[in-house]
Amino acid sequence: MNRNLILGAALTGVFILAALVSFIWTPFDHTAMDIPNKLQGIGGEHILGTDHFGRDILSMIMVGARTSIAVALVAVGIGMGLGIPLGLWAAARRGSLVDEIIMRGNDLIFAFPSLVIAILITAIFGASAINAIIAIGIFNIPVFARITRGAALSLWEREFILAARVAGKSAARISVEHILPNVTNLLIVQSTIQFSLGILAEAGLSYVGLGAQPPTPSWGRMLADAQTLVSIAPHMALIPGFAIILTVLGLNLMGDGLRDYLDPRLRVTRV
Amino acid sequence: MFHLRSLILGTCAAALMAGGAAAKSDITVAMQLEPPHLDPTSAAAGAIDSVLYSNVFEGLTRFMGDGSVVPGLAKSWEISEDGLTYLFHLQDNVTFHDGTTMDANDVKFSLDRINAQDSANAQKALFSAISEVNVIDPTTVEIKLSAPNGNMLFNLAWGDAVIVAPESISNIKQLPIGTGAFKFTSWTQGDNIMIEKNPNYWGAPAALDMATFKFISDPTAAFASVMAEDVDVFVGFPAPENLPQFDADPRFQVLVGSTEGETILAMNNKQAPFDNVQVREAVAHAINRQAIIDGAMFGYGTPIGTHFAPHNPAYVDETAISAFDPEKSKALLAEAGFPDGFETTLDLPPPSYARRGGEIIAAQLADVGIKAKINNVEWAQWLETVFKGKNFGLTIVSHTEPMDIGVYANPDYYFQYNNPDFQALMTKLNATTDEDMRTQMLGEAQHIISQDYVNGYLFQLAALGVAKAGVQGLWTNAPTQATDLTGVSWAE
Repeated sequence: MNRNLILGAALTGVFILAALVSFIWTPFDHTAMDIPNKLQGIGGEHILGTDHFGRDILSMIMVGARTSIAVALVAVGIGMGLGIPLGLWAAARRGSLVDEIIMRGNDLIFAFPSLVIAILITAIFGASAINAIIAIGIFNIPVFARITRGAALSLWEREFILAARVAGKSAARISVEHILPNVTNLLIVQSTIQFSLGILAEAGLSYVGLGAQPPTPSWGRMLADAQTLVSIAPHMALIPGFAIILTVLGLNLMGDGLRDYLDPRLRVTRV
Repeated sequence: MFHLRSLILGTCAAALMAGGAAAKSDITVAMQLEPPHLDPTSAAAGAIDSVLYSNVFEGLTRFMGDGSVVPGLAKSWEISEDGLTYLFHLQDNVTFHDGTTMDANDVKFSLDRINAQDSANAQKALFSAISEVNVIDPTTVEIKLSAPNGNMLFNLAWGDAVIVAPESISNIKQLPIGTGAFKFTSWTQGDNIMIEKNPNYWGAPAALDMATFKFISDPTAAFASVMAEDVDVFVGFPAPENLPQFDADPRFQVLVGSTEGETILAMNNKQAPFDNVQVREAVAHAINRQAIIDGAMFGYGTPIGTHFAPHNPAYVDETAISAFDPEKSKALLAEAGFPDGFETTLDLPPPSYARRGGEIIAAQLADVGIKAKINNVEWAQWLETVFKGKNFGLTIVSHTEPMDIGVYANPDYYFQYNNPDFQALMTKLNATTDEDMRTQMLGEAQHIISQDYVNGYLFQLAALGVAKAGVQGLWTNAPTQATDLTGVSWAE
C-alpha cells in the first residue's frame, strides 16, 4: 500500500459513506425550508450552516454526494459497458473495416468539446439527472474503447494468445477469456479518473442549471445558488466547492495509487 | 527626465482640475433586459419603454413618478358631457428630433395606426373605444369614442400611445424619432444605447447632456458593475440580497419603491385539476407569502390577496381570504378527491422572484401533498408554451402592466379564467367615468377573482434600484416601465 492510495481511498470513502448514510439519516430534512433561519454560518445548530432558504447545508451536501456519485457511476458504467466491448472488438479485428469505423467514431466524439455537447444534449432533451448521465456517459465510451484497444493490441502479439488461437478458440472467446483479464488493472485505474471527471461534469452541468433539478440537491447547483451571496454568506459557496475539490482530489490520488499498486513492473522495483 | 516630470505634473494638474470641475453631466444607467427593437408602439417588451419612455417619446398625457397622469404633448383637454368626445389642445412649437413639426396630423396618424387592421400594437384593447380622430387645426385634435371610457386619459399615457411621425415610421425600430427631452444617438446591440440632450426641446430642458443605457443580465455581473462604479445607476437590480450591502456603503443609495408588478402563481384554470375551484383554493392556502417574500426577495415586496397594486387608492386587502393554512388546504384537497395530493408542473422563467420563489412554493405545496415538478424555462420558451400555448399547470410571473385586472375578463388569456359575471362587470367598469363608482366596481372585481382563487396571489414586486450617492431625481416607484431621466441630475 502507498500513501496516495490510502489518502485517496480515505477521502473517497468519506464521501461514499456520507452518500450511503444519507439514505437512512441526515441531520435535518434536506428539503425542509426554514426561512427565518436562513444564511446561518458554520457552527451552531446547523453544523455547516444554512443556505438562503434556511436548509441545512450538511444534509444537502450528503444528499448531493448521492447525486454526484450516482451520475458519475452510471456515466462510467455506460462508458465501460460500451467502450470495452468496442475496444476488444476493434483490437481483435485490427486493420479491418470494423476497426476503422470504431476508431474513427471515437475520434469524432473526441473532437467535440465534451461539456458543450453535454449542454446541447440536455438543452434538446430537457434538463434532468438522467440526461446529464447520458451526456457524460457518451464521452466515456471512446476513452475506454481506446485504452482497451491499445492494451489489447500488444496482448494479441503475445505467445499465450497465439497458443489459444492454435487451440482453436474464436477471437471473441480469446478476447473475453484472455485479453480482458489482462487489461482489467488498466481499466480500474482509468475508471477512477473518469469517475472524478464525471463528478466535475455533473457539477458543471448543474451549475448552469442543466443537471439534477430542484429540489434534488446537487453540489453544482449549490455553487450556482451561492453566487450572488458570496459576499454575505461565503460558506454557502465554500462548502460545496470543497466537497467537489476533496472528492475529485481523493479519486485522482486513488487512481495514481492504484496504478502504482497494480502495475507489476513498479511493484517489482519497489520490492 | 525633464519630459517625464512635466508629464507627471501635467497629469496631476489635469486630475485636480477634473475633480474641481462642475457637476457631471452624463450618466450611465444599467438594466437587465435589452430592448428587442426601439418602437414602443409595436411590441409588448417593457424594455423598450424602460429606455425610451418620456426620454425620447412622449404621448398626449404622461405618467409621473408617483403614478399620477399629467398633461404631456396635450397641454389641456375638454371632455364632452356624454364622455364620448375629447378635445385635446396641443403644445405649441413642438418639433421631432429630425426637425419636422409635431402637430395634430401626427397625433391622428399615431392613434389611427394603433387601431389599424395590421396594427402590431401590444395594447390595442386599451384604445379600441376610439372611433375616429379628427384634426380641427394644427394644435387641436378631437377624439371620438364609440362608448364612454373612464380610463382614456390614463390609457393615452401608456408608452404604447406615444406620438410618432409618419416621416420616420419606416425606420423607427432602429432609429427612434420622438419629441422628448433626449434624442437617440446610437445603439450597440448587445451592449448599450446612447441618448443625448435635445437642444430644441419644447419643455423644461434636461439637466444631463448625455445618457448611456447598459444591459447587464447576469446578477453577479450586475453586482460587480455597481461595486466597481462602472455604472451610475442600476434600475431593476436583480439581486435583492446585495442591497443591504449597498445601503451600508456611503458611495451608494438604494431606492426601494413599488411597481405595478403583481407577482402571481398562475394556475391553468381550464386544465384538470385546476378547473376545480376547491383545488385552486387548496393551492392558495398552501402558500406562505411572507416566507416567499423573505426567502426569494430578501424581504422586499408587499403581500397581495388579489390582482391589484396595494399603492392604488382602490386597492382592497383580500389576503385573509387566502391566508396560509396547510390543514385547510389538505382538507380541501381531500374534499376535491385528492386525499393524497396530485402531481403537476411548475414552469419558472428566469427572474429570481420566479426561480427562487418557485423552489419555495414547490416545497410548500409538497407539504400539503401536491408534487410540483420544477421546470426552468427561458423567456422565449415561456412565451411560447405557457403564454401562447397555454400548456402548463402552474407558473410564476409578475404582471407589470399598470391596472391590468381587466385581463381576467379575457377567457383566452393564458390562465383561461372564464367568469361571465366578471366580464360583465369589466364592461360596465369601462363605460363608467364616475370615480366613486369606479372605485367601488374595482373593489368588487378584486373580490370576485380573490373569491374564485383564480391564481395564487403572492406579492407586489418591489422596484429595487441602486444609484451613486450624488444622483438625484430618479423615480423610486415604477408606475409604468420607464427610466425617466428628464428630471435627473448630479448633486453639486
